[in-house]
Amino acid sequence: MSPPVFTPALARECRAAHVDLQAILQRVSKVQKRSIKTESKVRLLHLALSMVDLTTLEGQDTPGRVRALCTKALRPHAELANIPSTAAVCVYPNLVPVAREALGKNSPVKIAAVATGFPAGQTPIETRLEEVRRTVAMGADEIDMVIARGAYLAGEDQQVFEEIVAVKEACGAARLKVILETGELGQLDTVAAASRLAMHAGADFIKTSTGKISPAATLPVTLVMLEAIREHYLETGVRVGMKPAGGIRTAKQALHYLVLVAETLGSDWMTNEWFRFGASSLATDLLRQIVRREEGIYPSPRRFSVD
Amino acid sequence: MSTKDESTPRLKLSGALDLSPAPERYPVTIKERYGHFVNGAFIDGNSDGDFPTINPATGKVLSTIASATETEVHAAVKAARTAYDSVWSKMSGAERGKYLYRIARRLQERGREFAVVETMDNGKPIRETRDVDVPLAAQHFFYYAGWADKLDYTVPGGTAAPVGVAGQVIPWNFPLLMAAWKIAPALACGNTVVLKPAETTPLTAMLLAEIFQEVGLPPGVVNFVNGAGGTGAALVNSDIDKIAFTGSTNVGRIIMRSIAGTKKRATMELGGKGAHIVFADASLDQAVEGCIDGIFFNQGHVCCAGSRLLIEESVHDEFIERLQRRIEALRVGDPLDKNTDVGAINSAEQLATINRYLEIGQADGGTMWQSPCSIPSEGFFVRPTLFTNVQQSDTIVREEIFGPVLSVVSFRTPAEAVKKANDSEYGLAAGVWSEKNAKLFEVAHALNAGVIWANGYNLFDPASPFGGIRHSGFGREGGVAGLWPYIQVEVPA
Repeated sequence: MSPPVFTPALARECRAAHVDLQAILQRVSKVQKRSIKTESKVRLLHLALSMVDLTTLEGQDTPGRVRALCTKALRPHAELANIPSTAAVCVYPNLVPVAREALGKNSPVKIAAVATGFPAGQTPIETRLEEVRRTVAMGADEIDMVIARGAYLAGEDQQVFEEIVAVKEACGAARLKVILETGELGQLDTVAAASRLAMHAGADFIKTSTGKISPAATLPVTLVMLEAIREHYLETGVRVGMKPAGGIRTAKQALHYLVLVAETLGSDWMTNEWFRFGASSLATDLLRQIVRREEGIYPSPRRFSVD
Repeated sequence: MSTKDESTPRLKLSGALDLSPAPERYPVTIKERYGHFVNGAFIDGNSDGDFPTINPATGKVLSTIASATETEVHAAVKAARTAYDSVWSKMSGAERGKYLYRIARRLQERGREFAVVETMDNGKPIRETRDVDVPLAAQHFFYYAGWADKLDYTVPGGTAAPVGVAGQVIPWNFPLLMAAWKIAPALACGNTVVLKPAETTPLTAMLLAEIFQEVGLPPGVVNFVNGAGGTGAALVNSDIDKIAFTGSTNVGRIIMRSIAGTKKRATMELGGKGAHIVFADASLDQAVEGCIDGIFFNQGHVCCAGSRLLIEESVHDEFIERLQRRIEALRVGDPLDKNTDVGAINSAEQLATINRYLEIGQADGGTMWQSPCSIPSEGFFVRPTLFTNVQQSDTIVREEIFGPVLSVVSFRTPAEAVKKANDSEYGLAAGVWSEKNAKLFEVAHALNAGVIWANGYNLFDPASPFGGIRHSGFGREGGVAGLWPYIQVEVPA
């Protein structure tokens, strides 16, 4: 398959996105009022746990820290046998070999790595591509790239598009998640436009945020991106995944995201193949709520590992 | 790695989110029988005309309701007259305001109870009673409480005096909210009230009467008489100074005829056939949301419902697909379930009316599409319904259906949109969707209706006046304009 080609007409089409903020907020407030109880809650808590990209992206990350994270990702809570492992661990490129060693070759837990000069993306394209190639060679299953927001805000759509195409090519078999950093794009119209552009350029997933900028993932931004995914799928038949990341800390928040996905994209997206949460502390709250459903009382946070 | 599907892309929305039942369990007490509320006390009333009020979601009887005779209505009007002469019209505005504030606060405190009872009696989803009906009713009391001591500012150069005893007749679609819309401004201005709730939904008015007792509202200031059309007619023809009516255009006409030649003032809030115009340059996904709010809110039992969708022809098919996808995700069923989006039709009679229109629509050549959702086997339910291939001249495009039925017509130019939107006997509400401000304002000003929403629909606020023109009635409720029907201007000599 030949790589996607940029045309000014495509850029115009993407930039023509219109989103009405007030209506989006109203829709989101309805989603937040969904009442998820008993069996459906247990089922969705398990599903949410299986969608977590357990993340550590700190300057102080060490092999020890990443090994601990991998153990948690594989078996989130030793007391419970019937709970799923998380979808992936998400680490910096240098720690990919450690994660691969900890998880083994055919692990159910994928390794996602943030490449391309994360989090700012303000490095030469040649080094970013080299970074991607090496990260994949070290064993990453998924690459989380950042777009050059500065370029996109400056109207350099072609540059952004072609960089995504190039990164996608450098990924080889690895799946590509494109981080828009919506907190820096600043308005929903731009979020919708960037989502369209990224999908046309070949993104397997679109992702809200690096987690380094506030606001990170929000329900309104996620709804806009889900609607863009829906449009792309219905137009082209190509399914694209969604990953809200940053700021999702509670099980209740996670369930609201799942309602939004189910009501916007339907049951095909209700799997970790097409939906992920980029989060660290979320997993623990999900576990806590799962144990709460099993035992009928809220367990002490101390029963859960800190990783 | 992207997956390219062989077949036409289709989203599996129906049943994508399987949620366990989440019923609102707040305990409520509904008495076996309700009489009337006159002169500050609940009275049994005669039992000759007793009738049941039914839970439309189950078809089961909730309570038995008395039907007030002419004599009983006159006694209630007399109580209101006495309270007007001796207490309420003489009380300072600030003091009246205190009572209204108390009512509002008490309504908030008992909010969940009111929401549950309203949902059981009316059939609308608990999500709406909890988030719209009850809070908005409380807001109306708060809003008009604020006006009670500032009335003179509404009549520059004069002073504002009350009108007297107001007779008020309200419909079943927003039982508590309509009571609040009517009672709050009347009391704020110093009038007293005799109100007749709708015969299928009298229960929240009885709860509201309990609140009036709790806050110590002087006896006779608000009186409730239960009953059907006969009771209403007795009220209209009794010794009242003003009639405020919300309901069908036909009944409105009857009332206007019967008060012709008297000095009774009137405001009428009648039917509607709201046009909802969607231009191709609108944010389409959000416009879909607006259409959903416009016609499926309260099962379409809304006089201002956006029941006629006018779509720019170039996006017609695409927009219908979007709309159908969204409708598939709506949850229809038990109104007490917190996840229900569309509840029960209020009565067997209304269900028959809606079904009759569905048949007419198909017989006239319209294409009917209904949500594939399942609906409960008992109770009164209709699947959310879309009609395409209908024309301006079709019955379902002209007549008010008062149900979850949306008729879709297309247009080519803004001028045609305006022409078609205004092609109705009614003129209550309309909506316009476009991302172009100039177009929004131009079209909004050209529409003949009392309320126009731009990029939104069915949005209500106590500070915003509501009311219609033409066969949708006259007079305004809400805002400063909502005070005028209850005020006489006295100009110093």
